[in-house]
Amino acid sequence: MTAPPVGRGERLWAWVDARLGLSAITPLIRKKRVPVHRHSIWYFLGGMVLFLFILQVCTGVLMLFYYRPSANEAFDSVQFMMTQVKFGWLIRSIHVWGANLMIFVLFIHLFSVWILKAYRAPREFTWFSGLGLLGLTLGLGFTGYLLPWNTLSYFATRVGTSMATVIPGIGPFVGRVLRSGNDVTGATLTRFYALHTSVLPGLVFLFLALHVLLVQQHGMSIPPGVERKSKGKVRSVPFVPNFLLHDLIGWLIALATIAALAVFIPAELGKKADMFASAPAGIKPEWYFMAPYQTLKYLPATLLGIPGDAFGVIVGGVLGVVFLLIPFLDKPRPDGTHRPVWRTVAFATLAYLIVFTYLGLRS
Amino acid sequence: MSESRSVSPLSGEPISRKRFIDWLLGTTIGGLIIAVLYPVASYLVPPPAGESSVNSVTLDVKLADLKPNSGQIFKFGNEPGLLIRTPGGDVRAFSAVCTHLGCIVQYDPAHQGIWCPCHNGRYSLQGANISGPPPKPLTPYAVNVRGGEIVVSKA
Repeated sequence: MTAPPVGRGERLWAWVDARLGLSAITPLIRKKRVPVHRHSIWYFLGGMVLFLFILQVCTGVLMLFYYRPSANEAFDSVQFMMTQVKFGWLIRSIHVWGANLMIFVLFIHLFSVWILKAYRAPREFTWFSGLGLLGLTLGLGFTGYLLPWNTLSYFATRVGTSMATVIPGIGPFVGRVLRSGNDVTGATLTRFYALHTSVLPGLVFLFLALHVLLVQQHGMSIPPGVERKSKGKVRSVPFVPNFLLHDLIGWLIALATIAALAVFIPAELGKKADMFASAPAGIKPEWYFMAPYQTLKYLPATLLGIPGDAFGVIVGGVLGVVFLLIPFLDKPRPDGTHRPVWRTVAFATLAYLIVFTYLGLRS
Repeated sequence: MSESRSVSPLSGEPISRKRFIDWLLGTTIGGLIIAVLYPVASYLVPPPAGESSVNSVTLDVKLADLKPNSGQIFKFGNEPGLLIRTPGGDVRAFSAVCTHLGCIVQYDPAHQGIWCPCHNGRYSLQGANISGPPPKPLTPYAVNVRGGEIVVSKA
């Protein structure tokens, strides 16, 4: 039998524990260990994305206190927040920079998982839930972009939702549901507001719970090369406190970087959207949509007898499904090694994204 | 314990009480899910917007104010339209919605043509798609000039 608690802190803990049963979690925390090897640095990225997401939720909730979701008021309310409200500019700039950094880190996380083959059995559902989170995050980026109701966001949404309408068969219907009508109007803004502030974050929490639960259940994946060399004996450290303290350092660096960017390069607001004005010259989407945007520019009006944009959307959709199925397509050889093809595809995809993003930014 | 049996009115085969209750529960739960999802899904689909009843508009701009080799956007009902005056002095009007991905086009005096800056699509002075990704020509409108006033109507 354990000794009765003596100190005030211990007595308080015993009181709380008797009512909430917190000590049941202790073995779970003790069980979680993180392998240490030359690729361990990539393990920090998932936690980093989680930290940035929490930052987005906090700054997003703060902006809800001033934002008004209608075509007439949205731009003015953001302008008011940026110019009149104390630290309003800081909150919005952190939200904008945090979103960009979150998507950037998410992409690095994705490629590190892909290249190090962390999707191998039994982690297929970790891969699926991760890709679900990527889709939701890009959805958050797309819907959030419209909310300030400025010229750039208006035309980006016209183009983005038009891409949905070129899907053969269901395209026009999907486009109408997305836009809440045939055109991008105040009704689209209301719809995107609902998606951005409640539907998508809610889904993110669900997928995140599954993702984190699976990571906890299966432990961190050890890259096949490291596993072979160490013959199953890889050194590890406890998640609490060793790894978590390193995580905290990363989060503080991320917060400091975002704060510095927000202060020195605050988010811009641009001009209020005018539904009866030409798209301005030099209009471009956010950098994370730049590669597909640039690809669409190169596609001819018709390709293999179908419109070029429809061709691009169909090919993109097929590649998306192939991407989802990588854990099943990348089967190990009988000796446990993997063919180099999927790693090559990963590097080729990375090269495509970098080159086309660069070309898009430069054009 | 033996299960009481009855005969299916459809197939004539005997069905157990357990199977019947399973079927009843399954159908009820399925029905409940549909009863919840159908109204929610229908609610999310916007009601069909009525076709724009506008067939013709008289523009604020006068012919004398529209210089050759220039263009401007006008409202044609709920849709943006593009009015251009060619270098030769002709006045033409088109739907300003790019046939590629729906951006709003503009007149490009340097190239003497119509340009969509979103994906660098180009149209001729007749509205024909001549380069870049646009798959179709711009929808043309009829233009009538009555005593200096410009009237645009569906062609």
